[in-house]
Amino acid sequence: MDWQALTLTLRLATLVSAALLCLGLPIAYWITYSRWRWKFLIEAVVALPLVLPPTVLGFYVLIALGPRSPLGRFWQALTGHTLAFTFEGLLLGSILYSLPFAVQPFAASFAAVDRRLLAASATLGASNWRTFFRIILPLSGAGVLTGVVLSFAHTLGEFGVVLMVGGNIPGVTRTVSIDIYDKVQAVDYASANLTALVLLVISFVALSSVYAINRGVFFLGVNQTRLRGENGGEPRA
Amino acid sequence: MSHVLDVSIQKQFLPQTNSRGGENAAVAPNHHGKGTTSVVPPSPLKTRVLAPEAGLEVKFQAPSGFTIIFGASGAGKTTLLNCVAGLSRPDTGRIVVEDRILFDKERRVSISAAQRRIGYVFQDLALFPHLTSEQNIAYGLAKLDRHEQHSRTQAILESFKISHLRQRKPGDLSGGERQRVALARSLVTDPRALLLDEPLAALDFPTKSRILDDLRLWNEAHRVPILYVTHSRDEVFALGENVLVMEQGRIVEQGSPHQVMTAPRMETVAQLAGFENIFNGVVEAVHEDRGTLTCRVADTNVRLETPLVRAGVGAKLKVGIRAGDILLATAEPREISARNVIPGTVISAERRDMVVVARVRCGEYSATPESAVTPSAALEIEVQLTLAARDSLRLIEGRVVWLVVKTHSCHLIAS
Repeated sequence: MDWQALTLTLRLATLVSAALLCLGLPIAYWITYSRWRWKFLIEAVVALPLVLPPTVLGFYVLIALGPRSPLGRFWQALTGHTLAFTFEGLLLGSILYSLPFAVQPFAASFAAVDRRLLAASATLGASNWRTFFRIILPLSGAGVLTGVVLSFAHTLGEFGVVLMVGGNIPGVTRTVSIDIYDKVQAVDYASANLTALVLLVISFVALSSVYAINRGVFFLGVNQTRLRGENGGEPRA
Repeated sequence: MSHVLDVSIQKQFLPQTNSRGGENAAVAPNHHGKGTTSVVPPSPLKTRVLAPEAGLEVKFQAPSGFTIIFGASGAGKTTLLNCVAGLSRPDTGRIVVEDRILFDKERRVSISAAQRRIGYVFQDLALFPHLTSEQNIAYGLAKLDRHEQHSRTQAILESFKISHLRQRKPGDLSGGERQRVALARSLVTDPRALLLDEPLAALDFPTKSRILDDLRLWNEAHRVPILYVTHSRDEVFALGENVLVMEQGRIVEQGSPHQVMTAPRMETVAQLAGFENIFNGVVEAVHEDRGTLTCRVADTNVRLETPLVRAGVGAKLKVGIRAGDILLATAEPREISARNVIPGTVISAERRDMVVVARVRCGEYSATPESAVTPSAALEIEVQLTLAARDSLRLIEGRVVWLVVKTHSCHLIAS
């Protein structure tokens, strides 16, 4: 069991979900409420990582990080080394790769918030910021958590992008999935199995917690069934 | 200081889009649900009520106090409120409250909904489901300091008699309680004008009248313009100081409840009130002294005595009679107070649930045989009666009957 690879992977996944929480919320807000007619193009771009082979995404990220791209040059001028084959480069690639897994649940939960609540908030003098933090975000709790957990779990299991952007540098860019690949190549099936099992368990726990939250198993500030009763006007039991 | 809401706007209705701010979301309930609740079977006239609106074009001044906006679904009432609240933008015109310009197309002024200080109680209330009553009410007070927020919230909780509900969330409140919380939430912000979109439609009468009392008290203390949308006659008379009748995006009548309600009313409003029988009529005689009119139903020899309205001899009106307001007799009634006794023949008697709907052909029999009209010009009137009444009268097709209609059961509608 390569603990170094596991902690590196967990660190990467945590940072990716944190970054996607900060980045994904404004993107999802814009996608939900913008009236720009070409909005669908942005939506498609955000969803691209869902369908692109990770190697394609990894390839373009590698090019973008390389010394000949403006980003690569800027980073090199700033830090003295290129982004490719570093942890930062890997982080950047992973953020892009998991973007739809955060943005889509965020946007879906924002869209499910009754627009009349937003209108009510506006007539009560609330700014868009206040409406977002007091109304939209609390009512989207389950969706936001789903997005964070999904992007975490998705980053745990990524392989293609890591290989293309990060390579296989122990302690820097060697993640669990690369480790398993190496073990199998070396015919060390016992270690590969152990590591794979750890990844399987973590992913299962993460996903089952998402489904449990969406089923309302845990109390999450807002009781979903009660919410439906309020908006749908159905009689309560 | 002049507390007047001055509105003069035009707006074309656009096809629905996913706009922010809930214009369509707020308008949408107007198109559904209502207009389909009455027991009247679908008729060609009915479809006009639900037809897509042509646009909004209104001009009025609302002084402080209640201004009732009365009209059928789809008349543009909610759109008007949305324009005043700033949730929807008119194409042209201006909206002024107390000398403060909220919207002026020519001067390119359009203050955002959040800056307008207009209280708005939505038809479905739009209480924040994740906040308690107290938090809902304090929501609009964010700009005040904590102490001030608390004291204002407590004061309004007390005056609306909902202090005991402060920790409850909307899902745990009854309809009347939610209504009070929603009113309190809008009123606590000290709005410059108040918009109420059928706020009491879903409530039973005692709850409704208690809330109306609270509203009246608040109004006496604050004296701001209140636009109150309703299609309930009870509410018009209970609150009415000034009534605007809207139809197809226009204001078609304006005045005190008494003036507006005794004038011939608009057909869509009548449809809303559920008249199964609507006939074209011509005024034949005006009896100012008795407070009645004699109307002849067009193309027939059926004459009806109706209440007096502002109309002269020869004026064309529509007469609406509810099927449930007509008495049916199998022998000619004599010495009876009702002024309209019309002979006819039963042409059908169908059972619908627990009532019988009979159709009676009238106008073929006349007092003077030479003035008898052809059967094609006869009049069919719908009458509702109970199952027991049908059985005791042995009401079958072809039976000769007399319809008895009181003068005040004949409602006149402008055509």
